[in-house]
Amino acid sequence: MTSLVIAEHDNASIKGATLNTVTAAAAIGADVHVLVAGHNAGAAAAAAAQIAGVSKVIHADGASLEVGLAENVAAQVLAIASNYTHILFPATANGKNVAPRVAAKLDVGQISDITKVDSPDTFERPIYAGNAIATVQSSDAVKVITVRTTGFDAAASTGGSATVETAAAATDSGKSSFVGREVTKSDRPELTAAKIIVSGGRALGSSEKFDEVMIPLADKLGAAIGASRAAVDAGYAANDLQVGQTGKIVAPQLYVACGISGAIQHLAGMKDSKVIVAINKDPEAPIFSVADFGLEADLFVAVPELVAAL
Amino acid sequence: MKVLVAVKRVVDYNVKVRVKSDNSGVDIANVKMSMNPFDEIAVEEAVRLKEKGVVTEVIAVSCGVAQCQETLRTAMAIGADRGILVETAEELQPLAVAKLLKALVDKEQPGLVILGKQAIDDDCNQTGQMLAALGDMPQATFASKVEVAGDKASVTREVDGGLETISISMPAVITTDLRLNEPRYVTLPNIMKAKKKQLDVFKPEDLGVDVAPRIKTLKVMEPAKRSAGIKVPDVATLVDKLKNVAKVI
Repeated sequence: MTSLVIAEHDNASIKGATLNTVTAAAAIGADVHVLVAGHNAGAAAAAAAQIAGVSKVIHADGASLEVGLAENVAAQVLAIASNYTHILFPATANGKNVAPRVAAKLDVGQISDITKVDSPDTFERPIYAGNAIATVQSSDAVKVITVRTTGFDAAASTGGSATVETAAAATDSGKSSFVGREVTKSDRPELTAAKIIVSGGRALGSSEKFDEVMIPLADKLGAAIGASRAAVDAGYAANDLQVGQTGKIVAPQLYVACGISGAIQHLAGMKDSKVIVAINKDPEAPIFSVADFGLEADLFVAVPELVAAL
Repeated sequence: MKVLVAVKRVVDYNVKVRVKSDNSGVDIANVKMSMNPFDEIAVEEAVRLKEKGVVTEVIAVSCGVAQCQETLRTAMAIGADRGILVETAEELQPLAVAKLLKALVDKEQPGLVILGKQAIDDDCNQTGQMLAALGDMPQATFASKVEVAGDKASVTREVDGGLETISISMPAVITTDLRLNEPRYVTLPNIMKAKKKQLDVFKPEDLGVDVAPRIKTLKVMEPAKRSAGIKVPDVATLVDKLKNVAKVI
């Protein structure tokens, strides 16, 4: 029994989601190998070899793998898949994009978004936006899994001493090509990795107000900024800031919800946060039912006051 | 060019589901069922492509129980030209649905297949990618913008940290994200018109597909409840609690 973890990386370094996925793989109880599929990704492969609990890193390097096109990355995974009983991807945009392609080619079902490993073939995963937790058992020979990173602690990024093996890069499928990327530039911590998140809702009223109120609070706390779906749909915040069932799933130490009513789909994305603060002027807002500390107040008054008090 | 759009009948997004007391699943008896919201966006996008003159025919497909016909009628009221139901009472998992869709792709030869990125019941986010793999087609998942030119589609995708644009050769699979479009409201005349549109029914056997589930649900539980905390009277108390009680700042 050996597990393969597909690393999330930017060719230069390993992304945090990889570390949580390694922990999930270790919980299965098998040997853990990590695949780093990229271009000029030697540094990322070297970093993967340092992760505690990893016994081997497979480094496939080629231009076809530079931007993570699903067709090519899936082909890379399939080239070595026969050596593994479990293939795990972090449930990131990349992982979700590639994993089902691998599963379908192997003719196996996929277990999405696991939050717990019960045994090598039995896993727990949330369904209905986290309103129920299903325990599922796979009868397939190979388990293709995506891992909800908030369900597992991060493995230590140092302390390991895995061997690094190189593999030939998959050839380009010729059917898709990368055009461009608009990366939201920010000095703030990444939303899914942040210890503190301050999140704004529709009550902010405009993108100017969103920035005016939320940025000082985020700066003061060294926090990442999130938003509710309503705020994103209204254009107050960029779509990659959306926290919720269909956006990012987060579990920071502190989550401050400002002017967010607390729709089920938003709660599904943040209810595993350690401490939740809600600031809302509507006493009936559902967000108060999950908040550790609720402040019934106008956010335009309370948030600046909070910034001043911190 | 034809477009195939897959639509799933799911518990309406406004319904808060309850776990059955015997933990065998969630109780969906007598709850409102609707088209999966992401699939509605997929239908809307296909119909818009037709209105732009890029697409000649929009075919909606649903797999599942007989009542999925209602979901297909909704798709046809939005503007799909005809519907196909693959009818079965069996539990259908994403791999099985992808295989059924693959069989229909072989039959209909569409230039594009558009699906929602995930269904809001099982939250799997698999079917589109699986179909692309089975058909050796390129994929563009989590689309927020689609432009078709010649035999290529340029698709902007919502990825972690921003947006990414890729170009894919058709035939191809696209899965929709929330901000791709805002589906139109269906009008009564269009609902009436949809009732007269062609709807073909197949069985999985007709398509030569084995739909046996690969993953068994052992039990379904309520998630651990998070209890409400306290209300604080002012900002000063809040800061004090965060610093001294919760110790998170």
